[in-house]
Amino acid sequence: MNDTYELRGAETHIEVHKFFPGAIVFVVIVALVLQAVVPVYFPSFRILDLPLLITIYFGLSRRNPSTGLLLGMVIGLLQDSLSGATVPLGFYGIGKTCIGYLASSIGARLDTEHPAARFALIMGFFVTQQAILVLVRRLLLAQPEPWFNMHLAIAAAVNAIIGTFLFLMLDRLRRSS
Amino acid sequence: MMAIPSRHKSLALLGFVLLAQLFMLAVQIKRDSRGRLIRVWSISAMSPFERGGAWGFGKIRGVWDHYFALGSTARENEALRIENDSLKLTISQLESKAAEADRLAGLLNFRQSHLQVPMVGARVIGASAGSASRTIEIDRGERDGVRRNMAVITPDGAVGKVIEVYRDASEVLLLIDREGGVGAMLVESRIQSPAGGTGEPLLAMKYVAADDKVNVGEKVVTSGMDKIFPRDIPVGTVKEVKPGSPFKQILVLPAAKLDRLEEVIVLLTQAPIEFSKEAETPSSPAGNPIPANSGGSNAASAPIAKAGKP
Repeated sequence: MNDTYELRGAETHIEVHKFFPGAIVFVVIVALVLQAVVPVYFPSFRILDLPLLITIYFGLSRRNPSTGLLLGMVIGLLQDSLSGATVPLGFYGIGKTCIGYLASSIGARLDTEHPAARFALIMGFFVTQQAILVLVRRLLLAQPEPWFNMHLAIAAAVNAIIGTFLFLMLDRLRRSS
Repeated sequence: MMAIPSRHKSLALLGFVLLAQLFMLAVQIKRDSRGRLIRVWSISAMSPFERGGAWGFGKIRGVWDHYFALGSTARENEALRIENDSLKLTISQLESKAAEADRLAGLLNFRQSHLQVPMVGARVIGASAGSASRTIEIDRGERDGVRRNMAVITPDGAVGKVIEVYRDASEVLLLIDREGGVGAMLVESRIQSPAGGTGEPLLAMKYVAADDKVNVGEKVVTSGMDKIFPRDIPVGTVKEVKPGSPFKQILVLPAAKLDRLEEVIVLLTQAPIEFSKEAETPSSPAGNPIPANSGGSNAASAPIAKAGKP
């Protein structure tokens, strides 16, 4: 667990990164707190989905689907619990579980270290999570929700930009091999 | 033991985690009109099986009830058959009573139209045993003021005359008996002639001259010349006229239904009766003669007026 090792496929080898002890827990808590507190003072901050960015980052880095989906589930459920009584537990949990699984699965097959790749992946995962959330709202909550609009497109772009820089910062938490 | 590939493990874990969260959501979400989502899902998932089960049990029960457990069905059929027979009998009795009520109502109506005429209602209690004679027996006799040669009628018309009187019964000779007859008169031409029985259902007017004009359908009434029947009681309708010499052969269909008499009226007088109106009204729906005196089975036997000598 403490060392970086390599997944060797037929043609590629991809690094599985390890982080300092407690780093993942610390980052998750900070992201959730920021997500819950900052919009109180800066409403525009709501456009960011820090828990999603954290889920994507650790999913891509750990590259283990089981770990990725469990981490996504935990982050999502915590986000649900901090989102007030109107958001049922499991709403964000389902979305982030899927994103954690997808990010881990893709991270195990592709090199996602390049900022451009990260930007595209964040955009894609943001849209995917939005689609899952709308699906849950429509099917389970019986709430009409647009599948996509310009606000969501801007949000996807902003999250992708911020996420790309955030990932560079989070890379410093990795243990060196 | 075969190891499960890691990729499949993670997929299974994903499925489990998603299902767990869906379940959690379903427990929390409450639809306004249909309760919690988990309940909606449960009912939606179970109702097809419940419907299927109910349908299957219904079919099985139906097959059992209709093809195997027939013991009670047979008993029930027998009970229903008995009940049906009983109901048919009841209906028949009620229809008979209704017809009787109609006839008695006709008699009562007739009596109320002739309050001044002494008469007594009588029930037919017997008829001639053989075909050689056409007589009936009524339940009125000497004690009721009935005497020989009194006229017997129904609201439809003349019936016959009393030929024997006993203490509580009398015998009536019908017009259609070979010995029967009545002094008759054609209404339009006022031609008079006795109308006698032939032993058949029709009467014969035997003494109408060949050159007299008689039309089929012409009404025939009593003439009063026989000293038994008052004038103008309907006798019948001319049904057939044949030329003859020196007399026509005229057959008359009796106005009273002489083959279906149940109640009659015995006139205790020969005073004239205005019969032309009554002869049209009191007939029962079945065309039966409608003698009358109300009051059930004994009504026809009750005196309609105080008996007196004719």
